[in-house]
Amino acid sequence: MSAFSVFLAVVRRDLLVALRRKSEVLTSLFFFVIVVSLFPLGIGPEMDLLRKIAPGVLWVAALLATMLSLNRLFANDHADGSLEQMALAPVPLGLLVGGKIFAHWLVSGLPLVLIAPVLGIQFDLGSRALGVLMLSLLLGTPLLSLIGAIGAALTLGVRGGGVLVSLLTLPLYVPALIFGAGAVEADISGMGAAGHLSLLGGLLALAVFFAPWATTGALKIALE
Amino acid sequence: MRPLITWKYASPQHFYPLAGKLIPWFVALTLIFGAWGLWLGLLVAPTDAQQGEGYRIIFVHVAASWMSMFLYVVMAFWAGVGLGFNTRLSSMMASAIAPTGAMFAFLSLWTGALWGKPMWGTWWVWDARLTSELILFFLYLGFIALQAAIDDPRRADKAGAILALVGVINVPIIYFSVMWWNTLHQGASVSLTKAPSMARTMLLGMLLVALCFWMYSIVMTLLRVRAIMLERERHTEWVANLKEVRP
Repeated sequence: MSAFSVFLAVVRRDLLVALRRKSEVLTSLFFFVIVVSLFPLGIGPEMDLLRKIAPGVLWVAALLATMLSLNRLFANDHADGSLEQMALAPVPLGLLVGGKIFAHWLVSGLPLVLIAPVLGIQFDLGSRALGVLMLSLLLGTPLLSLIGAIGAALTLGVRGGGVLVSLLTLPLYVPALIFGAGAVEADISGMGAAGHLSLLGGLLALAVFFAPWATTGALKIALE
Repeated sequence: MRPLITWKYASPQHFYPLAGKLIPWFVALTLIFGAWGLWLGLLVAPTDAQQGEGYRIIFVHVAASWMSMFLYVVMAFWAGVGLGFNTRLSSMMASAIAPTGAMFAFLSLWTGALWGKPMWGTWWVWDARLTSELILFFLYLGFIALQAAIDDPRRADKAGAILALVGVINVPIIYFSVMWWNTLHQGASVSLTKAPSMARTMLLGMLLVALCFWMYSIVMTLLRVRAIMLERERHTEWVANLKEVRP
C-alpha cells in the first residue's frame, strides 16, 4: 500500500467512527456557538464594542471548542486497543497519526470555519472581515488540531487528562490566537491581513512537519 | 590513562554524595554574590534621575527574568538528554529544575508588577515581555502538572521531556508573536554588542544578583535532585547503606 492510500484509509476510518457518534461532534460545535453567543449577553449589546471584540471572541471560542474535542482524538482507540495495533502496523506510525489529526480537523475544525461567518454576523462584522475570519480559521484550526494532538497524546490514560490537556496546550495556542484574531483586526483597521495570514501559514507549515513527529513520540511513551 | 570524561557521576549512586559535597560551596557563593550584588544595587548605585528609588527593583526583576528563561532551556536540555540517551539522572535533573524555574518566573512577574505601578501607573500591562513571561510561567506549570499526573516515573520523565522540547521551540515563537502583537516595555537596556546605556555599577550589581540567583538555582536543584534520587532509588542497596538512611 502506498503511503497516501494508508493515510486515506485512516482518514476514512476516523470519519466513519465520527459519523457513527454524531452527538460528540455536534456537541463541540454547539459549544462553540453557545460560547460565542454568551459574550454579548455578558458584555452588553453595544454594536461598536461587539464589532471590536468579535475576532478575539470567535478565536478564543474556537480554541476552547478544539480543546474539548481533543480527548476524542486518541482516547477511544487507546481504550479498545486499536491504537496499539496501529503502532504495530508495518507503516510509519507518524503517517497514521497524521491521518487521524487530519480527520480530527475535518470533524471538529472545518465545521467551526463554516459556521464562523454566521456568528460573525451576530457581531456585525462586514463581509470582507468575515472572509478574512474564515480564511484565518481555515489556516488556524488545523494548527490547533496539530498542536492539540501532542497534548492529547501526552495525557493519554493519565489521571485527570481532560483538565491537564488544557493546561498543556492552551499556552502553546497563543501564537495561533494572536495571528488569527490579529488578521481580522488588521483587516478591520485597514492595515491588511496578509502579514498575519502569512505568519499563520508559516506556523501551520512548521506544525505539519513537527507535530505528527512529536505526537508519535508521545504515543509510543504512552503505549510502552 | 584516565579517560577524558568520566561518566561515573551519571549514576545516582555516585552523584548523590557529590551533590551533597557541592551544596555548601554553592550556598556560600549564593550568599557572597547576593550580599555583594544587593549592596551595590541598594546602597551604592546612584538614584535614577527619572525613576527615583523605585528603579532598584530591577536588580531582582531582571535577574529573575533571566533565570526563568535560562532555567527553561537548561531543563529542556536535561529532559532531552534523558529522552535521547535514556539516562535516569538527566531526567531527574529536569524535574528538579522545574519548580525553581517556575518560582523565578513568578518572582519576575511579581516584581514586574511592583515596578510597573510607580513607573507606568498600573500593576499590569499587556506588553510583550510581561505576557511572554506569563506564558512561560504557564509552560512551567504544565510541565510540573504533567509529571505529577503520571505515576510511573519513567513515563513521566519522557512525557515531560517531549513537552519541554515542544515548549523550547515555542518560546521564541511566542515571544516574537507577542512582541508584534503589542509592545510598550522599554527596550532591552543590557546588551552585549553595544555599550551599556546604564551606569557601570548598576550593570555590575545586576550581574552579581543574576549570579547569586544562578548559584541559588544550583543549590535548590541539587537539594531537590538528591530527594528525587532517594525517593526513586529507595529499593536499592546504595540507598539502604547511606548513613543518613540507616537507623
